[in-house]
Amino acid sequence: MCTLEQHGNVFVLTLTGDDEHPLGLPLIASLSSAVASAKAAAASAGPGAALVTVAEGRFFSNGLDIGWAGTSRTRLMELADALRPLAADLLALPMPTVAAVTGHASAGGFLLALCHDYRVMRADRGVLYMSEIDIGLPLPSYFVSMFRAKVTAANALRDVLLRGTKLRAAEAKEMGIVDAVCPGPTETVAKAIKLAEQLAARKWDGDVYASIRISIFPEACKSVGIVEESDEEKVKNFASRM
Amino acid sequence: MATGDLCTVERRGRVHLITLTGAGEHRLNPALISAIRSAVAAARASPGAGALVMAAEGKFFCNGYDLAWARGDPSGRIAAVRAALRGLVADLLALPMPTVAAVTGHAAAAGCGLALAHDTVVMRASRGFLYMGEVDAGIKIIDYFGELLRQKVPDAATRRDLVMKGEKMTAAEAVRRGIVDLAVDGGVDDVVAAAVTIAEGLAARGWDGEIVAEIRKAAWPELWSKVKDYGCDAPSRPRL
Repeated sequence: MCTLEQHGNVFVLTLTGDDEHPLGLPLIASLSSAVASAKAAAASAGPGAALVTVAEGRFFSNGLDIGWAGTSRTRLMELADALRPLAADLLALPMPTVAAVTGHASAGGFLLALCHDYRVMRADRGVLYMSEIDIGLPLPSYFVSMFRAKVTAANALRDVLLRGTKLRAAEAKEMGIVDAVCPGPTETVAKAIKLAEQLAARKWDGDVYASIRISIFPEACKSVGIVEESDEEKVKNFASRM
Repeated sequence: MATGDLCTVERRGRVHLITLTGAGEHRLNPALISAIRSAVAAARASPGAGALVMAAEGKFFCNGYDLAWARGDPSGRIAAVRAALRGLVADLLALPMPTVAAVTGHAAAAGCGLALAHDTVVMRASRGFLYMGEVDAGIKIIDYFGELLRQKVPDAATRRDLVMKGEKMTAAEAVRRGIVDLAVDGGVDDVVAAAVTIAEGLAARGWDGEIVAEIRKAAWPELWSKVKDYGCDAPSRPRL
């Protein structure tokens, strides 16, 4: 379902197989496990790591496994509830994160890409698409929090959530949703890894990096269940560095 | 230290100009912040004052907290200087006249925050960066300061690049990204002159100062709520 490799100080998480990588309970569990492994490995290695998430095939991910959920709202909520802690793990991850959007990323798959700090996307194929409005599904509140946090132009947020606009890479970049556009999948992955290497080379303290990320996107982090440190705890950290 | 050693205050027409003096980094400690707050209070009380400009001499606008001083008693002094800056931000938000930051040189970390706490920001084009160096220095960002950044740098990607990536932004880049309003060619005096011209234009609108303050607090309500208890008007001022 997914693999985790280490290339120098960059962890590469790959959603494997040529399918749509639907976020069902097994894949979510695999991803969570892989993210936890990357975190543990980085902890023992010291400062200066980064994570890149890539996918094989035509899809990055088409979101929560609607096939498995069928007509059951209960099952759909179960999947949304299972994805939430994975989103939290990514938002609290003590290293920079890059999503290499190598294919279609829709609904929960788009959310997964948004949970990363940076997005590199291929220009030639694939769209970012929040399909819920077209399918007639409500959005979990943490999905909305993430989009409100990261898609800050009002008209962009409207287009994405309320209009179901399918974004190619160039348009997504104009909206500030994607950071770099590459011709095809190979270049996209290469660029994402290169960006990750540059970020890792800054040797940021992972705990501080994650704390700063949370202070930049506090509502989104709260919505996935992250509890922000108090100012007092942060001051202790500052004092200890003097 | 007397106010005069740390900052000067002058009137240019209806503009109240505060200048952080000296060729140093104008690093923030309670003494400097206290001097600045006194100058801001003087502007507030000054009859006919219509706008405030905050500028600096030398290569630096403000390079952040005075860490050398803070090392003398880390937990106590860091808390003290943070509370003091929080009070200054409150005073600027509550000021009954428009405010303009003349970023005449480097503005880093708390110094960058100080610039952003003004209504309008003009910046020297040829030299100087905005730099949120906390991520590089391994320093976490406390709640009200994060709020200041969120309210004044609303674009998510820009905020990420500035704060999570520690990008050093030139004036041109900052204007392009919507953080700074105007990049000014020339030297420190040219930047100050441009800021004073803008401030004079704002003062000429003849706005009711109390309305300016109320509208500003309503425009940045979350930030105001997080700093108001530290301002000069707060009913019970926290001890520094």
